[in-house]
Amino acid sequence: MRPGKQTLLNRLFPEGHAITQEGLVLRGWGGTKQGRVHVIGTTDHAAIDTRIALALSDAVLKAIAADGSDPRPIVFIADTQGQALSRREELLGLHGYFAHLARCVNLARQQGHRLVTLIDGEAVSGGFLAFGLLADCIVALPGAEVRVMDLRAMARITRIPFERLTELAQTSPVFAPGAENYWRMGGIQALWTETEDWSEQLLALLQGNPEDERARLGAERGGRMLADLVAQQVFHAH
Amino acid sequence: MRGLAQSYREALARLRVQALLDPDSFSEWVDPAQRVTSPHLAALEAPVSFDDGVIVGQGLLYAHPVILIAQEGQFNGGAVGEVHGAKIRGALLRAVRDKPSAVLLCIDSGGVRLHEANAGLIAISEIMRALFAVQEAGIPVIALIGGTCGAFGGMGIVARLCDVIIISEEGRIGLSGPEVIETVKGVEEFDSRDRALVWRITGGKIRRTLGEATLLVDDDIAAFSAAAGEEVGARPRFFKKRRLTPAISLQTLQAAQQQLSARAELDAEIRDGQVLWSRMGLGDQVSLMSPEQFNRRLEALES
Amino acid sequence: METLHLDLPAIQDASLNPRAALYGVVSSGNLEVLVERGHDATRCVFEVQTAAHGFVEVWKAVLTDFAARHPVGGLSFAIHDAGATPAVVSLRLDQAFQSLRGA
Repeated sequence: MRPGKQTLLNRLFPEGHAITQEGLVLRGWGGTKQGRVHVIGTTDHAAIDTRIALALSDAVLKAIAADGSDPRPIVFIADTQGQALSRREELLGLHGYFAHLARCVNLARQQGHRLVTLIDGEAVSGGFLAFGLLADCIVALPGAEVRVMDLRAMARITRIPFERLTELAQTSPVFAPGAENYWRMGGIQALWTETEDWSEQLLALLQGNPEDERARLGAERGGRMLADLVAQQVFHAH
Repeated sequence: MRGLAQSYREALARLRVQALLDPDSFSEWVDPAQRVTSPHLAALEAPVSFDDGVIVGQGLLYAHPVILIAQEGQFNGGAVGEVHGAKIRGALLRAVRDKPSAVLLCIDSGGVRLHEANAGLIAISEIMRALFAVQEAGIPVIALIGGTCGAFGGMGIVARLCDVIIISEEGRIGLSGPEVIETVKGVEEFDSRDRALVWRITGGKIRRTLGEATLLVDDDIAAFSAAAGEEVGARPRFFKKRRLTPAISLQTLQAAQQQLSARAELDAEIRDGQVLWSRMGLGDQVSLMSPEQFNRRLEALES
Repeated sequence: METLHLDLPAIQDASLNPRAALYGVVSSGNLEVLVERGHDATRCVFEVQTAAHGFVEVWKAVLTDFAARHPVGGLSFAIHDAGATPAVVSLRLDQAFQSLRGA
């Protein structure tokens, strides 16, 4: 395992942990003051393909099966550059593997597992949608990069000058990469800093409301003023 | 009678909505006159639309109450931004409360709208969670896919979360569009201009073959409507269709895990739908088969 | 984006009973038209937002011609344009008005 990941796990689980890496998938358990939690994730900016998606869904299903009526929290470690780009993977229906993984994550929530995602490294687009972004609570670690696409590629595709995008990104959190932007929009609940005690902070997140409050949070933080409002308008329309 | 054949692919979303449902039964929520447009497109000086590219409301499908969500593929590729996503989420949350016979989700989208990429990505995640809530309330979500943009990116994932996918041969589902793969991996990996190849990788027939879609229909709005009508129990079933994933439980997901694992083990030669069809004994006939012939043939192979 | 507001004299067709309706689509070279009931039966109001710059005079000519050809008094037309040619603008407005009559 990459030293950075090992350090992260040591900081998160000073009570001990047993987490193995197979390919780019991490799985195992971590010890907290409230007992063990499942740890499932990816490392080294994994491009999520069918095999990685299957390993992740397998880990989630096994966690659900192992706990039965005593569901422990699941801590996801998200480190992904996005989905694998390949003709064969598209043919096999990579979107279907991601949907399956999403269903497994949602079943875990239904069964009472608390779901926490820690973004370490980067979280990009489809690879992030499939599991990390579905958690009850999402945290970005220092230096984490969260995005759909970098601004240069975005400028090329939207035909909006790069300089204009860069300028607008100073004030708008809506399109530019950055964990802070996702925090302002309610997509990330917390940004941890280097000096904090991560094991204590994680402990505080192991209980909480499983409802999807992100749209409301985005409005509270001033980064996403319409998501909740418009959904409510539709909900109450005559 | 719902008139002569009318191409689903060519029609705008508003026309699809009118023609899918019983005449004059549709009422729209947050309609265009309310001018709930995207402030983010406006900030980038990009054109906005009065409905932000999605229509949501309720209506009757063969006299059964349904909630309908229809994306307009021609507006920014049907891509999901903040308002667009919020309308879809609002309609799904409303389904949990109103308990219609079904939700019809007419997907025609490339995924996240880049002009508001962060809002779009979070919105798709919110749509996924709202969709789960609809299913937990026992309401089926039926995806209709036959527009020019297909169902890609996050909306490809959303499509596959639905209980039923009705797709035309021209409909496509995937994660990364062929252009993206070609740009990053090169033309020898995926030639996006080879339309026939693109359809053999992501088109309706290969999706139906792999069990990634429930039913193949003609590119005719009435055919989509009739198939959706069968799903809500308003019409007799023509084919023995099954749900893509039966009610979610540990057992059904474990079974799905095995199925998907087996598919991932297929040998590396499987990079073209044609290879798969040849091995199934369908040979060169596939492109000539009508949707009805194709459904029958697959049903025979599956039983 | 360029915006244009135009308020023109027009004859009313009293038999029309318009519900607000949207026609067309905002895609490259195309436009959408939202037709609504206006405030004055003797006027027709246009609100245009266009991605093409420097065509205000052309827009005025096309809309004035449209308002002269049809009994559009008492109606308002809100347009989002993504660079449609004058011919396409005329065609879309005519289609919107015909749909209104047919409805």
